[in-house]
Amino acid sequence: MKARIIVTLKSGVLDPQGKAIEHALGSLGVPGVASLRQGKVFDVEIAAADKDAARASLTTACEKLLANTVIENYAIEL
Amino acid sequence: MKTAVIVFPGSNREGDMARALRQATGAKPAMLWHDDHELPKGVDLVVLPGGFSYGDYLRCGAIAGRAAIMDAVRAHAARGGLVLGVCNGFQILCESGLLPGVLMRNANLRFVCKMQHLRVERNDAAFTRHYARGQIIEVAIAHGEGNYEDDDEGVARLEGEGLVAFRYCDAAGRIGGSANPNGSRNDIAGIYSQRRNVLGLMPHPENLIDPLVGGIDGRALFESLAEV
Repeated sequence: MKARIIVTLKSGVLDPQGKAIEHALGSLGVPGVASLRQGKVFDVEIAAADKDAARASLTTACEKLLANTVIENYAIEL
Repeated sequence: MKTAVIVFPGSNREGDMARALRQATGAKPAMLWHDDHELPKGVDLVVLPGGFSYGDYLRCGAIAGRAAIMDAVRAHAARGGLVLGVCNGFQILCESGLLPGVLMRNANLRFVCKMQHLRVERNDAAFTRHYARGQIIEVAIAHGEGNYEDDDEGVARLEGEGLVAFRYCDAAGRIGGSANPNGSRNDIAGIYSQRRNVLGLMPHPENLIDPLVGGIDGRALFESLAEV
């Protein structure tokens, strides 16, 4: 089963890298970029009996390692 | 005082740390590998040195924070044992849950490598008895991710319970503005756990123990620990 995990910074957490990229887009003349935040994507191949089982083990993966829940949110797409 | 230094793949300050510990305690620390499962019997102080464990992959300290040996370090801390994390070691302590908060990319996006003044916030912890309260010391910093962050509640708890160990300042002891090298909340350079037996800090006291390399302001930290 293929899954995608998206980890993003919580709103309110300062994202200096996102800001730098946002400014770079501005200086490239890309119009209309009001704000930009950087995140991470993990594409996972997972062996599981069904989607619920896959979701459960991916949630464990996020909580234990993939996201730092002090500053990051995660979303699991199956 | 029996000490142990934990080496992860990508640690690079373990030699400096071992030298500082040996100078203060008169004995070599035990060097442990990340996939060891036990600390040596009777160890008083466990040190996580600086470096780039696991190449800083995922997040600084994230993978090291879940290494096999960290269960033993957590148990040691829970018993009231002393734990010191410097630089990447501080990041590992935050990622492992031994200290609250997180170290983010420096606000100016630059790796900073320079001498830096710090204010010693209290001198009644096992780590700082040989300093004076409010003393200004000069040590080295070298990091790209030293920008301490926690939510408002977390920072208020640190401040309210007196758990800020060191704050960035200038030579005159002034806090804030350009004296803060990385954007750290409340100019935090190092924090204690609730029982003050775990200390994490970004600066490198282990590199300031010999006049030959520019100063000895880091020595008092190790001399304080040696007395425990």
